[in-house]
Amino acid sequence: MSIEAPLRPTEEFYPSGDEYDKFLSRRKRRGRIVQMIFLLALATAVLALITLLYTIINDSFGLTAVVNETEPEEVVASLGYDPAEVAIEDLSFDELVGVLQGAISNNVGRRLEREQRFYEDRLVFETESVWAEICSSGEPPAGCDAAPRSQASVLQLVYERVVVPDVIASYELVPSLFAPEAFEEEIEEIFITSPDRFPDYTFDQVQFEWRAWLSWTFVTAPANSKPEIAGIRTAILGSMWLVAITISFAVPVGVGAAVYLEEFARPNRFNSFIQTNINNLAGVPSIIYGMLGLAVFVRIFEPFTSGAIFGIENDNGRTVVAAGLTLGLLTLPVVIISSQEALKAVPNSLRQAGMGLGATRWQTVRSQVLPVALPGILTGTILAVARAIGETAPLILVGAASFITSDPTGPFSKFTALPIQIFQWTSLPQEEFRNLAAAASLALLILLLVLNAGAVILRNKYSRRI
Amino acid sequence: MTETSTRTPRRSLGGQRRVSEKLILVSLFVCGAISIATTIGIIYELGKESLLFFQDPQVSFWEYITGTIWQPQAGSFGIWPLILGTMLITVIALTVAIPIGLASAIYLSEYASPRVRGFFKPALEVLVGIPTVVFGFFAVTFMTPILRDIFGADVVGFFNVLSAGIVVGILIIPLVSSLSEDALSAVPDSLRQAAYGLGASKLEVSLRVVVPAALSGIAAGIVIAMSRAVGETMVVTLASGAAPRNFVLGQDPWSYILSPFEFGQAMTGYIVITASGDLSYNTIDYNSIFAIGLTLFLMTLGLNSLSRRIVDRYRQEYE
Repeated sequence: MSIEAPLRPTEEFYPSGDEYDKFLSRRKRRGRIVQMIFLLALATAVLALITLLYTIINDSFGLTAVVNETEPEEVVASLGYDPAEVAIEDLSFDELVGVLQGAISNNVGRRLEREQRFYEDRLVFETESVWAEICSSGEPPAGCDAAPRSQASVLQLVYERVVVPDVIASYELVPSLFAPEAFEEEIEEIFITSPDRFPDYTFDQVQFEWRAWLSWTFVTAPANSKPEIAGIRTAILGSMWLVAITISFAVPVGVGAAVYLEEFARPNRFNSFIQTNINNLAGVPSIIYGMLGLAVFVRIFEPFTSGAIFGIENDNGRTVVAAGLTLGLLTLPVVIISSQEALKAVPNSLRQAGMGLGATRWQTVRSQVLPVALPGILTGTILAVARAIGETAPLILVGAASFITSDPTGPFSKFTALPIQIFQWTSLPQEEFRNLAAAASLALLILLLVLNAGAVILRNKYSRRI
Repeated sequence: MTETSTRTPRRSLGGQRRVSEKLILVSLFVCGAISIATTIGIIYELGKESLLFFQDPQVSFWEYITGTIWQPQAGSFGIWPLILGTMLITVIALTVAIPIGLASAIYLSEYASPRVRGFFKPALEVLVGIPTVVFGFFAVTFMTPILRDIFGADVVGFFNVLSAGIVVGILIIPLVSSLSEDALSAVPDSLRQAAYGLGASKLEVSLRVVVPAALSGIAAGIVIAMSRAVGETMVVTLASGAAPRNFVLGQDPWSYILSPFEFGQAMTGYIVITASGDLSYNTIDYNSIFAIGLTLFLMTLGLNSLSRRIVDRYRQEYE
């Protein structure tokens, strides 16, 4: 057998001279162009992020066209203060109650007091004898047991009953900054061309003022169906209750499972089945967990989740605890997997040293392995919590109430949560609810940013210790 | 010295320790088993309620898997309009996410200097952390109006599949890019060096050597992203409408059936909208969301296991 010599390409096969240079520069040019395209793609992704943040901030602040029944300045002036120095927010609790007393009828006042009383120790609109009578009747109103109103709640009442602001139009932040006149002209145009749109007002009544939809008042005011005075305190408290229950379920169970799988489990079929199962669960859509929560926690465990076995009266199990446990199951795989990572990162020499001193497996884990893995576990937990706070679909499934104005008081209360509020407000057609949804989104993002920053700080602080 | 021998005998101490150790081991095992209970719970509840759904005289299983009209009030329970909504959104989302995500991954893994990486990586991670309901808000207030400006408000409906699809696409870009980047950076440097040694340019090395070598990982990542898009809920609910796009094959033109500009409720959207009203147990509405949930669960489970099989079968082990 003779070995054939490889065919040598003829001279023409290889480009040379000018042709070679052209060929090379074409390849180089193509390389540069494609590199630019890659970079452009990356920039597009970041641009999408920036656009999203821009949209939210743009809708959270800006000019509004408001008609007030009574100007806040008049309210302040009626108490003898200089409106230039004192804002309505600065008034004391007693002064606010005084304003209310002067402005609303006794009937309305009594109704408000029955919903929630103003002072712990005295009554404003009701008389003591009537109060005692209705509270001992068969169906006492909510005000008999509930805690007295907060400053924010009374301030909201003053706005709702005395100032009665009506935002007839709102403008986005960027045009408000650069072309505020355009907004006024637009509104004036509407009043001239189609006067039926705002039949109750004249253009002279309209005031153009800056409004930060995300403000301290917004964060502290309870939910309300009027966009001008609605706040997110109820939703924030609901979210906090949820997180508390989620953590107290998912962290012990998740860390326990991770310890079992990493430190104790023998590599047999069953244990590898558990592992595969956890990986699978991490890929199940959150809405499926919501359905599990609805079927199991809300329906089957109703006596527990409605609080009936603790003597609490509730129509059904659509409570904080049912939703919290659902979110707990949802975050469980994330907590387990990140805790496993943290445990895997602990060097084996530590375990061997512990065992070598005569400690049992559990003693070694408890006093050697877990403390070292703790920062990693914490970081994973914070990230899991961040995910749980933003979840919406499972909460809708287990029945978070959309319009609820009283704060959750315990694990067995009805609740609403921040993402639910955003969802509700986004699906409503009026423009002002858009602003509220943007402001609530911004609040949620800030909350998440704080949590994530916490996780990063923890990671950086402890990562060098091992 | 004699005092030591009067202490508690060593044996009982050891025994006690074993008992508590056993107890702890058992409770840790229970923690691990809760995950299995969760899976069983999901399968059992979805299966049980779906069974009730199919036992209802109004519903036939055959109609469910072949029907193209979903109208519970009229007793029509064909799943296809809802699957159509989900599929259209997923296809649009992947059309957005695959090119952008993959190109980003190649840039980050092959081209980017540490400084550029240090800027772009965290930005993509921020995108992952944003709750989906905020993306839903973004779709309704930004994407839909823009699309209506571009294509005309008479062409693009207020609720449309395109807006939802694009935003879901943005949402899964980080997933595609981070999974692809992992796959790309797992390709050993020796392959790159060999290609450079043969005179290949950076582009040729990236596209003809590294990407093919990482293809299984990239494909697995794309399948995961697809499963995520199928299960995505809030964007879909807010942006693509509250009614399924019922159609009749042969009667409605394909231009309507596959139109990206029309409304089209997805499976997840239907579940959320139905559940957000006051839903009473043991009604056909209640049972129907579980049947759809089961369909959704099987679809995502199938996609996730497909992704794992791609990795297992085609992964190349490099030394």
